[in-house]
Amino acid sequence: MQYEAIVIGVSSGGMNAMKIIFSAMPAHFSIPMIIVQHLGAHSDGQWITLLNDKSQLEIKEADEKEKIEKGTIYIAPPNYHLLIEKDKTFSLTIDERVNYSRPSIDVLFESAAEAYRNKLIGIVLTGANNDGTKGIKRIQECGGLTIIQDPKTAESAYMPKAAISAIEPNFIGSLDEIAEFLIKIEQQKR
Amino acid sequence: MQYKDTSDLEISLLLEAIYRKYGYDFREYSQAHIRRRILNRMALSGFEDIAQMQSMVLNNVPFASELLQDLSITVTEMFRDPAFYRSLREKVIPILKTYPFIKIWHAGCATGEEAYSMAILLQEEGLYDRTTIYATDFNQLALNRAKEGIFSNKLIKEYTSNYQLSGGKESFSSYYTSHYDNVIMNQSLKKNIVWANHNLVTDSVFAEVNLILCRNVLIYFDQNLQNKVQSLFYNSLINGGILSLGSKESIRFTDYFEHYSELDLKQRIFKKKY
Repeated sequence: MQYEAIVIGVSSGGMNAMKIIFSAMPAHFSIPMIIVQHLGAHSDGQWITLLNDKSQLEIKEADEKEKIEKGTIYIAPPNYHLLIEKDKTFSLTIDERVNYSRPSIDVLFESAAEAYRNKLIGIVLTGANNDGTKGIKRIQECGGLTIIQDPKTAESAYMPKAAISAIEPNFIGSLDEIAEFLIKIEQQKR
Repeated sequence: MQYKDTSDLEISLLLEAIYRKYGYDFREYSQAHIRRRILNRMALSGFEDIAQMQSMVLNNVPFASELLQDLSITVTEMFRDPAFYRSLREKVIPILKTYPFIKIWHAGCATGEEAYSMAILLQEEGLYDRTTIYATDFNQLALNRAKEGIFSNKLIKEYTSNYQLSGGKESFSSYYTSHYDNVIMNQSLKKNIVWANHNLVTDSVFAEVNLILCRNVLIYFDQNLQNKVQSLFYNSLINGGILSLGSKESIRFTDYFEHYSELDLKQRIFKKKY
């Protein structure tokens, strides 16, 4: 089984969570990661520069129509929904907020599930709302691999709990365990 | 046997049906976006599949209008992206001041918030009396609301903050009067705005203008359609005219990249070369 993309949804507590996962990834980790992190509408992206310093992989804001490349981490720009097209490029929209959020995790996950079907890994991490629950369910329905942060280890347990109440994920663990698990999966495919 | 995904096929047939029956062309819109809007409508209206919805679209005009509203995104704000309006004031207004008459095309104006923002800015810069703003959209319901210029006062706090951040010179409350839960924009702001129905996908050049604003519209189009619309803009601008796009939109991947210089790259303001 060759996984072609990883989508991650994270809300409150997200900065720390991303720091832990991104800094654990080796430079040769090739599966692209696409992240929705809930942020204020006027966030300036300075934090992406900060995260980049901690990671061996390139981290960048996703651009409209950009082709998704291996070994890159993409972050949804603030105040836009991020969607994935079947040709593995990004689309941005300013549609209404979903679950009070723009970008919304559900919007990314549902479009990613359609685009990658069973070649997708979906991950729900710490957060204080239930964005991502519908999306992770859709990923599972399309045959993708699902991972949820163990609520006991989450800065904010609500979002992982909501996801666990909707599906039985393939893996539950702490941030370190999730990072380890991803590295193992990536090695298996070689 | 090779075959296409059924729902992809049904969506493209539905879009074809809408185009052939009503003339609205969504066939070159971003597919992930269109799929999401259509599936949402399908769930809300309780259809079992897209084929069922297609029959409804063809035979029930009120339903077709409803779907059209779903496919037309009207999310907007006054002084959306204040830094952009600040840049307009600092970098574009001085250029506009050199012309005796100014024509501005606001393409995809939805419910008009940004057209009113522009009118306010021009008034403060002493240019409004010699300006015509063509504010266009294909969504007639949205245009009707834009013309009324009545907005919910729940949003005014945010708009006021946007206005101040954009370098506004007056008190924002001097531009409207409150009326119960709404605010009504001053009549003087409307006088030089021409509201018109224009579809970027199917209609052509209608004026030669000094400035085009088209923000967060092209993101919904595929590459091919973006190119077509860029050609429309290029042919509508005078030499030295200004093109303003949304903060995440680019001309880099279109055929017209070479024909513009950058006036403010971060705010996506470009100048047509002579």
